[in-house]
Amino acid sequence: MDVAVFYIFGAIAILSSLFVVAQGNPMHSVMLLITSFGALAGLYVLLDAPFTAVTQIIIYAGAIMVLFLFVVMLLNIPREDPVPPSASALLGPTGMRLGVLLSVVLGVEVVWAMTRMDGGGFSEGPSATSVSSVAGIGGELFTRHAFAFEATSILILVAMVGAVVLARKEQP
Amino acid sequence: MIGLNHYLILSGVLFAIGTAGVFVRRNLITVLLSIEIMLNAVNLTFVAVGRYRGNVDGQIITFFVMTVAAAEAAVGLALVISLFRHRETLNPDAFTSLKW
Repeated sequence: MDVAVFYIFGAIAILSSLFVVAQGNPMHSVMLLITSFGALAGLYVLLDAPFTAVTQIIIYAGAIMVLFLFVVMLLNIPREDPVPPSASALLGPTGMRLGVLLSVVLGVEVVWAMTRMDGGGFSEGPSATSVSSVAGIGGELFTRHAFAFEATSILILVAMVGAVVLARKEQP
Repeated sequence: MIGLNHYLILSGVLFAIGTAGVFVRRNLITVLLSIEIMLNAVNLTFVAVGRYRGNVDGQIITFFVMTVAAAEAAVGLALVISLFRHRETLNPDAFTSLKW
């Protein structure tokens, strides 16, 4: 059961992420990325992390992607510009092929390293109840990580002010 | 049986896809989306390792990563809007001058 669910959600996540990168319309990219985030939320449920799964749906698929959608609709550019013929070697098709090659090498390397590791089963580890309780997460968050939590609220305030300043129309 | 390795391999593949997106695409919005893919791959690693070790630290750091991602998206998209107003394009190769 677990195995089938893992492979289904993993396949959805990888395929939709591939299409986000591979196809040209930013609107479709945003929609496919929401699908990918949904599949990742399913994987979080499988990992006994229901709080993180719900946060993933609400914050990522709900808030951040809506922000992206608004900007895509506001700017209204369905296609990206073609590569100019005078582009330098690093910006031209050769450089792009090099970039794809680099990321394929990165992926193969990571997969190779992980398959050489042994074990890693969850069954012999601690029980699922120790990680799945929302009360446990809240307790840790507001005691041991209280300073980081408050720093995060300052960060969000700074980001909000910065976004308003950057995107504001300049007064004549 | 699904173990830690499966999750780490999946997140490695997702991270590689995000890296390819940053290298290949000529659209600032898609580049930002690729960065989100990479952040999510890292989140999956954190949650899987937290489950393996049996504590909630992985989920807590995932919470912080999500918050930082939201702030990054807000500022990044504001920059994109501001750049688009100046140059009428989203091609990152068009923004090569330091001052205009």
